[in-house]
Amino acid sequence: MTTTTLKEPVRGSSTGAAAPEQRRRPGRIRRIGLPYLLLLPALLLELLVHLVPMVIGIVMSFKELTQFYIRDWGTAPWTGFGNYSVSVDFDAPVGKALLHSFFVTVGFTLLSVGLCWLIGTTAAIYMQDTFRGRGLLRALFLVPYALPVYAAVITWVFMFQHDNGLVNHVLHDQLHLTDKRSFWLIGDNSFWALLITHVWKGWPFAFLIVMAGLQNIPKELYEAAALDGAGMLQQIRRITLPSLRPVNQVLVLVLFLWTFNDFNTPYVLFGKAAPEAADLISVHIYQASFVTWNFGTGSAMSVLLLLFLLVVTGVYLVFTSRGRRTGDV
Amino acid sequence: MRSIRAAAVGAVTMSLALAATACGGGSSSGGGSNDSPKTLTYWASNQGASIAIDKKVLQPELDKFEKQTGIKVKLEVVPWSDLLNRILTATTSGQGPDVLNIGNTWSASLQATGALLPWDAKNFDKIGGKDRFVDSALGSTGAEGKDPAAVPLYSMAYALYYNKEIFADAGISKPPATWAELIADGKKIKAKGKSPLGAEGANVSENIHHVFVFAKQHGADFFTADGKPDFTNPKIVDAVKQYVDLMAKDKVIPTGDAEYAQNQSVSDFAKGRQAMLLWQSAAANLKSQGMSEDKYGIAPVPVQSGTPGTGAQTNSMVAGINLAVFKNTDNLDGATKFVKFMTSDAEQKILNTAYSSIPPVKGAQSDAAFNSPSNAVLKQTLATSAAALPQVADESQFETAVGTAVKELFADAAAGRAVTTDSVKAKLEKAQQQMPMK
Amino acid sequence: MSDARVSKSPMAPPSSFLWSRRIFLTLLTGFVLIPVYVMVSSSLKPLADVTGKFRWLPSGLTIRPYIDIWSTVPLAKYFMNSLIVAVSATVCSVVVAVFAAYAVSRYNFRGKRVFTVTVLSTQMFPGILFLLPLFLLYVNIGNATGIALFGSRGGLILTYLTFSLPFSIWMLIGYFDSVPRDLDEAALVDGCGPLGALFRIVVPAAIPGIVAVAVYAFMTAWGEVLFASVMTNDTTRTLAVGLQGYSTLNDVYWNQIMAASLVVSVPVVAGFLLLQRYLVAGLTAGAVK
Repeated sequence: MTTTTLKEPVRGSSTGAAAPEQRRRPGRIRRIGLPYLLLLPALLLELLVHLVPMVIGIVMSFKELTQFYIRDWGTAPWTGFGNYSVSVDFDAPVGKALLHSFFVTVGFTLLSVGLCWLIGTTAAIYMQDTFRGRGLLRALFLVPYALPVYAAVITWVFMFQHDNGLVNHVLHDQLHLTDKRSFWLIGDNSFWALLITHVWKGWPFAFLIVMAGLQNIPKELYEAAALDGAGMLQQIRRITLPSLRPVNQVLVLVLFLWTFNDFNTPYVLFGKAAPEAADLISVHIYQASFVTWNFGTGSAMSVLLLLFLLVVTGVYLVFTSRGRRTGDV
Repeated sequence: MRSIRAAAVGAVTMSLALAATACGGGSSSGGGSNDSPKTLTYWASNQGASIAIDKKVLQPELDKFEKQTGIKVKLEVVPWSDLLNRILTATTSGQGPDVLNIGNTWSASLQATGALLPWDAKNFDKIGGKDRFVDSALGSTGAEGKDPAAVPLYSMAYALYYNKEIFADAGISKPPATWAELIADGKKIKAKGKSPLGAEGANVSENIHHVFVFAKQHGADFFTADGKPDFTNPKIVDAVKQYVDLMAKDKVIPTGDAEYAQNQSVSDFAKGRQAMLLWQSAAANLKSQGMSEDKYGIAPVPVQSGTPGTGAQTNSMVAGINLAVFKNTDNLDGATKFVKFMTSDAEQKILNTAYSSIPPVKGAQSDAAFNSPSNAVLKQTLATSAAALPQVADESQFETAVGTAVKELFADAAAGRAVTTDSVKAKLEKAQQQMPMK
Repeated sequence: MSDARVSKSPMAPPSSFLWSRRIFLTLLTGFVLIPVYVMVSSSLKPLADVTGKFRWLPSGLTIRPYIDIWSTVPLAKYFMNSLIVAVSATVCSVVVAVFAAYAVSRYNFRGKRVFTVTVLSTQMFPGILFLLPLFLLYVNIGNATGIALFGSRGGLILTYLTFSLPFSIWMLIGYFDSVPRDLDEAALVDGCGPLGALFRIVVPAAIPGIVAVAVYAFMTAWGEVLFASVMTNDTTRTLAVGLQGYSTLNDVYWNQIMAASLVVSVPVVAGFLLLQRYLVAGLTAGAVK
């Protein structure tokens, strides 16, 4: 295994060769070698923790890795695309369930990212001007982000309980909005429970980033707009939002990727068997691999997911980067 | 896009060679060794009210073992939420404990991985022989016809716990012995404004335990004799429907219980809001929630008719914990000695008393300590009318698939949707299709 | 709170704006506060109350849960573990990300795009699939070299620091790009090496951005559940997993969960508040290049 980590520098082969020369000729070669040297720790870590496991995962997806073989999975038989064909056979239950889970996840992700962004941005814009208590509010808004995931989600579980939860207490007992208490942790409402919990925990991050982005917008722009007679809304539309574009490009993309792959929230909220309406793909894959002990199929599903996200990200970057320098993305 | 493709190609070629080395991973070493005879690592499951309490119970015993044998046992109490994952990763990597607790229903599944030391006659001899253990407990230690993958450590059985006060109020003189009686009693209890029976509708394992017993009572099994899933068998459908109907049709289980997965039904019972509870060895739990022992009675779980027994008169699964030795142990002798120690009559008495479970060891079970009325019911059930969950390699998938199906049926019932033979059958069919193909 | 640096709209906002702001922020505060209130009030109730019908005002208060949390679960130990892991992962992640981001921001070299895109792509793989391969890898490294990565804090630190690396590098590239190049070129002329320029010029100029990235890295390590549940043992277990210890086979100690969550969150929130002024100023420069 030691060889694995050492092999990487080959890519930036000038690094190793350049090292002894550096002292003698500090000029050009140093300039060539240095960036690779600076990247080296990051590269090694990415290789060890992300890339090699990713490749092992891809290899696993071509194996029949059930409980009979996990102990020595070198001996597990190759199945070619067997795991993939099971996963994408949308007429059979496994494929159908995966497809369903995929659509649930897409819906959930779009709504969650949209809401997180909307709430975060609105709050940031409203809190741009100083007013009394702004600092306090800003601190308060960071609390959901600072709570450990488990603590935050279990509190929502507590509140979503059918008989004893706060949500039903308010909706049913106090406001009389519903004829009878609703179920939030099972059945169709579970989707909304998941969404609310996730947005509660996630919007402060969007708030933070947008709030920061807002401060970079030069005051002069607003002043000029005000002289032109632009109202509040027009200022937001003409100045604030366009200026936030680069921030939003990064923010929306990472929110999308994180939400799509989020495991902790649904897992704590629903346990190992999520209700159909809230069967997010990460829990679904977890169930396919860890609970039913079929790591091959689980891996195949993950690879399919990876391919999907690659395409989405690619398309997203192409569209959002139009007219922008994109050297760094 | 070009750069993404380039990156993907780069990443793959970069790491393919490395992966090849890593792929050779897993555990190639076969059986155990005796390389480190002085220490053992033991993963205990969380049996007490908290991990801290488990440590308090177990540590003195481990110290005793160290005094006797000079072997130091490193104890780790693994929470249930992590235990199976920890075992799976240990199995995959070969890096695990020497001795570990497993839920007895996992026995056959884990046996199939080959990660646990098989208990053949020779190994059993080292701990005093197979016949020291109660038969029903041995039935839950691995697939039939194979050497057990583990030995029984603690046994538990389901019983019907009932609130004496609520029963008296409702004018019920004795606990129900059949489901029909239970439903009739339920009506009386409801008239008094209490909820009759509790259930953990969203708890996959609890669901499995109950529908398994109902299936037995309908004379059916979830698996055919050669281990194939048979979930859509009409009798199974009836059995599952009967359980869900306790909520859907008979209304003895309140709809709110459909979402219970965190022992809320035990709390409801302990707080006197609910008259009956089907639970395994609940005494310690009820006590910790402030319900004193004279407040409730304990009776066998109802059957369809007659009295509990074998076959269709089954009224509980064999619940419990088994003790297994990890095949990759580097202290095989020590591990065996430890198993012998933990299953000795003396230790069995101490541990099972602490956890309010029943010793699966005959010598300990007959001890006076386990003759209280509540234990008598559990002991009787274990000895005469409890059956082991299917001992098949796919047990874990079965629990997930069928347990989830029942959870969804409860959710339907709670939402007021009709639960019909067809809807039950459809869910079970889906569950069956999710089982691994053979 | 330093409000001085916030740009202020020159026109006095119309009253419709003020009203909508009042309404929106009130609603949002409610949304944020209600769960927090539930946590606080539940943590002060006896167990029997928490399992009963919800009520806004507790019938009686007890600080019992705050005493019990320490004995039900070795909370102090888990807290220390989490702190060690999260702080180490944060420090390492920031250092590694600073180097990498500096290279990308200041140099042109072959493979630059490949590097940034590869780093980005790691965010797309579901974490659940990393779990087993990574565990295998750690075990094999352990067997081959004797470095115990699984079950140790070291392995966890390594894992978490890499988890936060991609986003950190990404953000820092932006921050560094916004530091004028003339500054470090002047330093180079003055005889600083490239690293000298990095540490004397670029890093100080980007401190806010670095703080922002550090906060993000800390939170990543602080809350992670899945990997911690498999990669830790009794002595190295972190809070995120350890909190689940209040929910046992027999009982769920809701009140203690809430109390423990609050106790462990207070230092984090306090730290957040202290860093807030840097954070707010910091995230700016990075995102808007």
